[in-house]
Amino acid sequence: MNELQAQLKEWRAAIERWLPSWWPRALAVGLIALGVILPQLFSVTSNFINTEILALTYVMFALGLNIVVGFAGLLDLGYVAFFALGSYAFGWLGSGWFFKAHVHVLTHGAPSTLPGIHLNFVLILICAGLFTAFAGAVIGVPTLRLRGDYIAIVTLAFGEIIRVFALQGPSLKIFGMPLTGGELGISGTDAPYLPGIGMFSELNIRPWYYTIFVLVLIALFVNVRVRDSRLGRAWVALREDEVAAVSMGIPLVRTKLFAYALGAAFGGIAGAFLAAYTTLIDAGEFQFGFSIFVLSMVILGGLGSIWGVVLGALLLANINYYLIPDVFNSLPGDLGLNFNLTDLQVSIFGFLLVIVMVLRPQGLIPERRRKIEFTRGIGETELDEPAVDQAWASVEPGEAVK
Amino acid sequence: MSTEAPAPGLTTSEAPILSAEDVTKEFGGLVAVNRVSVDIPIGSIVSIIGPNGAGKTTFFNMLTGLYKSSGGRIVFSGRDITHDRPDVITKLGVARTFQNIRLFGAMTALENVIVGRHCRMRAGLFGSIVGAPWVRNEERAVRERAAEALSYVGLRPGQFGQLSSNLSYGDQRRVEIARALASDPKLLLLDEPTAGMNPQESAALTEFMRKLRNDLELTILLIEHDMKVIMGVSERITVLDHGEKIAEGAPAEVRENQRVIEAYLGKQG
Repeated sequence: MNELQAQLKEWRAAIERWLPSWWPRALAVGLIALGVILPQLFSVTSNFINTEILALTYVMFALGLNIVVGFAGLLDLGYVAFFALGSYAFGWLGSGWFFKAHVHVLTHGAPSTLPGIHLNFVLILICAGLFTAFAGAVIGVPTLRLRGDYIAIVTLAFGEIIRVFALQGPSLKIFGMPLTGGELGISGTDAPYLPGIGMFSELNIRPWYYTIFVLVLIALFVNVRVRDSRLGRAWVALREDEVAAVSMGIPLVRTKLFAYALGAAFGGIAGAFLAAYTTLIDAGEFQFGFSIFVLSMVILGGLGSIWGVVLGALLLANINYYLIPDVFNSLPGDLGLNFNLTDLQVSIFGFLLVIVMVLRPQGLIPERRRKIEFTRGIGETELDEPAVDQAWASVEPGEAVK
Repeated sequence: MSTEAPAPGLTTSEAPILSAEDVTKEFGGLVAVNRVSVDIPIGSIVSIIGPNGAGKTTFFNMLTGLYKSSGGRIVFSGRDITHDRPDVITKLGVARTFQNIRLFGAMTALENVIVGRHCRMRAGLFGSIVGAPWVRNEERAVRERAAEALSYVGLRPGQFGQLSSNLSYGDQRRVEIARALASDPKLLLLDEPTAGMNPQESAALTEFMRKLRNDLELTILLIEHDMKVIMGVSERITVLDHGEKIAEGAPAEVRENQRVIEAYLGKQG
């Protein structure tokens, strides 16, 4: 095993020597170009592109959760809450659900004549982001005094609370109108309209694809910028040592709530998009399993690693929505076995995760710092004896640094 | 020699930079710190000593806001900070190091110091995302300053980019001091800075503390066990035992104090 690892390391070093220094950038540009071209290679109702739309939505969910779990180190098991709230934000602001109201903002076509609240699609996405950011901060407050596992339990409970609220929604009345559709769902949502593109429909899913593609690019940009910012460093500091971090002047409450709010906002926007795409907001969808699914993407890809998380989300979503149900589903039947692969979906999933965690526990593309945290204490030598080196006082103040 | 000159702060009648009045901390039934009052004159180097478990670190933790005191009052530069949060107190100008070094191990030495500058930076979420010019400038300036601070405490430029957990023990102590200095403190609290150091290193650090005070016009409060360091550097000493202040004064006085000798050596006869 060790010889194999050494060999792999050698090959890797050789490849890295051979590649020019700008290869990550070139790769990123190439992948974006591929993302742009992809739908053109398939039909306008292609099932594959449909899967990719879902996969990209999950990328956005995973990027949001990565801020909370990966950057700030707060284990959130209730991320489904933001999927639910984002979806409902879309349902409330982009359908005839609140039938007594007549609000229309920048709408186009049929929705602008119907009763209910109808906002422009972009406005709804922004509202969903703001709404879930607020909700994220509210949910974050009770976890502030907690650490590790206890945060997980509280957030898990919040996820369940939101789900039960969604299920009981029909009996919760606002001005005589039910809050949610429960298991029947909120249907008849507005089709998004964007100037230049027109009305989105299921007859041509390319506009959907490009919308979520752009949203993911924005999410990526924000993630990269925030990770390398003052706030990103504060998250790492808090994650590493809370006592030292607050003693260095990092405000605990604000910094943590920012993580919750920002992570939730991405979840909310992705949730609103998904609601628009599936045109149904069904309380039965907001299961605990969703939180775990997204968390698996983050962990599989590499906690805190933006590119790892993207890869993890794309992989798991494609396995779950494409490879298992569409590509390999009939495989057992072809082999003369009497079941479909979808029956084993969860088992296959679990099996894959176990394999990856055994072979590569730090994730597919581990983040530098997380990798260090992961291996800390393994093969670490005792602290060096303090060496007698240059005297403390021998250096002049402000000595030039080059 | 400049070190023999009368200690600043002792001869002036200026108000103390920090004064603790009857500060008390109880953990359940245990009184860890019992009505301790200490005044720290501006520009002085003051030590707190005492046997293990005397409540020194607990007292420190109250000064920096990590613990809420159960009673008493702490005033820093004329402001009551008894109930302030640690980050607020840091921003007011109190920085500290820890007895068991608490660097951010997965960060480089330079990043550690940059984090120490956090409370003096202004970049917000939006500015960072947009990449506003002033945010970039601030980032660059902070990087340069952090590098300067590291050179000041005696790190080689080659070590700036190393993970702090890979640095030697002595260098980690330096980085921790640089990190504390990065927040532009007026009062620096050092919790057993020479723990684990050999005599030469302790002597160098003693010299460095004086230099720090003179260069940066700092006030330094330290907890220390090494008598050589304490007697060499302190202008005033406060002695705690079982959570109570048993003596206070110049090193020479404290050394002769009967209660102090008892606390350290046990009662005789």
